[in-house]
Amino acid sequence: MITLNVNQKVYQVDADPNMPLLWVIRDIIGLTGTKYGCGVAQCGACVVHMNGEAVRSCITKVSRAEGQKIVTIEGLSANNDHPAQLAWQEIDVPQCGYCHSGQLMSAAVLLRENPNPTDEDIDMAMSGNICRCGTYQRIRKAIHLAAEMQKNKTAVNS
Amino acid sequence: MHQLSRRSFIRNAGGTGIALWLGISSRGITAIASNLVESGNFTPYILVEAGGAITIFNTKPEMGQGTFQSIPAIIAEEFEVSLDQVIIKNTNGEKPFGNRQRAGGSSSIRTNYTDLRKVGASAKEVFIKAASARWQVEASDCYAENGKVIHRPTNRALTYGELLADASKLELPKEPKLKDPKDFKILGKMARRPDVPLKTNGSAQFGIDVQVPGMLYATVARSPVIGGTLKSFDATEAKKIPGVEKVVPVERIMGRYHSVGVAVIANSYWTALKARKMLKIEWDNKGYETFNTEAYEKHLRELANEEGVIDKNIGSVDNLNLPSANTIEAFYETPMVAHHTLEPMNCVAQVRGDQVEIWTSTQVPSSITGNGENDLHKFIGFMPDNIKLHSRFIGGGLGRRLNLDYVIEAVGISKNVSQPVKVVWSREDTTELGPYRPMTFSKLKGGFSDDGKLISFQHKVISPSFQEGMNPAFDIKKVDGTMVEGIGEQAYEIPNLKTSYVRADFHIPVAAWRSVTSSTLAFCHECFIDELAHKANKDPLNFRLELLSKPSDTKRVLLKIREFSHWDEPLAHNRGRGVAQWEFFAGLCAQVVEVTVQPDQSIKVNKVYAVIDLGEVVNPDNVKNQVEGAIVMALSAAVKPGITMKDGKCMQHNFYDSPLIRIHEVPEMEVLILADGGKVKGVGEPGLPAFAPALANAIFAATGNRFRKMPFELKV
Repeated sequence: MITLNVNQKVYQVDADPNMPLLWVIRDIIGLTGTKYGCGVAQCGACVVHMNGEAVRSCITKVSRAEGQKIVTIEGLSANNDHPAQLAWQEIDVPQCGYCHSGQLMSAAVLLRENPNPTDEDIDMAMSGNICRCGTYQRIRKAIHLAAEMQKNKTAVNS
Repeated sequence: MHQLSRRSFIRNAGGTGIALWLGISSRGITAIASNLVESGNFTPYILVEAGGAITIFNTKPEMGQGTFQSIPAIIAEEFEVSLDQVIIKNTNGEKPFGNRQRAGGSSSIRTNYTDLRKVGASAKEVFIKAASARWQVEASDCYAENGKVIHRPTNRALTYGELLADASKLELPKEPKLKDPKDFKILGKMARRPDVPLKTNGSAQFGIDVQVPGMLYATVARSPVIGGTLKSFDATEAKKIPGVEKVVPVERIMGRYHSVGVAVIANSYWTALKARKMLKIEWDNKGYETFNTEAYEKHLRELANEEGVIDKNIGSVDNLNLPSANTIEAFYETPMVAHHTLEPMNCVAQVRGDQVEIWTSTQVPSSITGNGENDLHKFIGFMPDNIKLHSRFIGGGLGRRLNLDYVIEAVGISKNVSQPVKVVWSREDTTELGPYRPMTFSKLKGGFSDDGKLISFQHKVISPSFQEGMNPAFDIKKVDGTMVEGIGEQAYEIPNLKTSYVRADFHIPVAAWRSVTSSTLAFCHECFIDELAHKANKDPLNFRLELLSKPSDTKRVLLKIREFSHWDEPLAHNRGRGVAQWEFFAGLCAQVVEVTVQPDQSIKVNKVYAVIDLGEVVNPDNVKNQVEGAIVMALSAAVKPGITMKDGKCMQHNFYDSPLIRIHEVPEMEVLILADGGKVKGVGEPGLPAFAPALANAIFAATGNRFRKMPFELKV
């Protein structure tokens, strides 16, 4: 049995320690927002947060996640209202939507670490996430908007 | 035992008590007052229930193109309800919803626009009639708004739900009055798509996300040599892995392509993948192990000397005898490419007796439950009535999910166990095994009169046949219309025009890829038009306009792009711009691309301007999103490696060797929509074909280098 903390909930899972975290999250825990796209850390559809860092769950053995704090897209915010999620909705970013769990999880880390990202910063932080529908121009715009929203939220809270 | 599809359909629709279904039958707009809709010649689009709940059905699977909003929007506009107050449901191939539950060819809006408006308008009129009778007032004194009928002089109001019993006794008007577009509240306005919030918190369910209690998982080892099939296998070692349930042969069928692979069924996908590596399989390569694309391309170049079959022959291209100084010739080549939908192929199937239940993402629900010649039932041995589909959001269709191979295979696997089985293709499986967009090679020839007018144009396509691959009954002596798509139908007025086709044998499965063959032929055709413009010493945009003396959509679009892209303003010396347009079955779009030659001799794609001609527009913001996406997809296909074969096997495996455009490579894009009435055209595909030629033409303008082969490197 492996003990996992996913979205602040503790799970005991019976899994091969070498099984990628992706399949544990999706097939055993049943949270399917995290997507399989390539299995080799190329596309970013499977990005989750491990202790706040963006990791590719498709190449992360579940044994490495034991005792760590995992957050998936389902746990990014309580009400679909993380600034990135709100900006994505405002700009109608997704098309098919398959990659956007991963896009949002990458964007959330960028926005936390760099509250005022430039286009270059966005390119650097987001180039690990493929969008086959080609929504990149909107992703860039939405991250700028999310940065604004985040600032306003911080201003209100302080 | 699950219910028959008809009963389940009613249950899914949630109908209890009185309900009114409004839709289209062979007798025109029809209403059926019942809590039960019999399957038959009636396609319902609206369901109004006694409690007041209104459901609008979307029969066009949502794959990112926006039908989950756009189809209901057209109905809601005329029905006078807002999309916030209705339930939108995607249909699942249920018989009452008819045999056109499919999304492909950018057809969802362009083939349904007026009919769907009529359904909404007719439904609205029947509720107004019911209210005016109840109040004993003139119908002309009543109007509908937000799901209510309002009596103008007294401001009395009744909801559609309150009027349901009365309305259900009335005939639906067959020719309802449609709204004046200037009164539109939804159509033509920016609207947020209701599926977007589901796609920002992980709650949108795609085929791959389906979980059915007791479900097993499967992966399939398929012949790495495409065209090969199973000879024998030994699963002794694989079966030793705990969790492996069964190892069974299974057939994949796609058009004339048949191949048997080996499926591992296990209690988790990960276990199945591990066990698959332990299989010992002998394949019968059937001689295909010597195939390689390099030799095949050489063969295509040789075939270019053949006459081929004529597609169009206008005037007398062959009898002009123009002096060679007046003619130019060029040869263009394009590669095979993969669809690379980000959601890999997958399907859950459960067989129980003579019934089969399927959960998947598909562009063609009607082909899964239908009774047509090429529908699923023909390949799996079940009666169409015994096939139940649960259709899910599609993580990218792009033409790949018009095909049933992954569904046929999943049903084949599930016959071996009593539990439901989820079959998932790995990224490597989807990359290495096709289907692919076929390569096309083009031989082009143009000729001028002595006074410099373009009077002759020939375009010969040399390629595998799409129709032959998909339809075993296709007559290969005929021209395959798909492979000459659009080349005989451009608006340019050229008195002598000949288009033709040379078919080449091919054993690899091919499939439509967003914008089908226009995705390659527009590159060849519109780059060659550019070559002709330079031969004539003319500005490429003016040259095109000179070929368009008569009014046409193409002419309007080119005039508009000239203004929109600031075509006539000079650029810095290290920059260049190129133009292209393409009109084909799906629609019409023109683009101007601007590039810069950078100090390290690489080429940066700075900016893309696009003008798309629609006739009518439903959701302009979504149209812009679609065109931006089409441009990015076209850029990937223009500059990233295609699919190549060696020793019969695909040389690309995953995104590391079959890369796609990423965020840092994307140019700025600006899209202008023309919606001035006229023929309603498609949205999903038309943004794609014009990009590659506009890019290559821009590079020529900036560098003098003419790229005649895709993919090309963004380098001088």
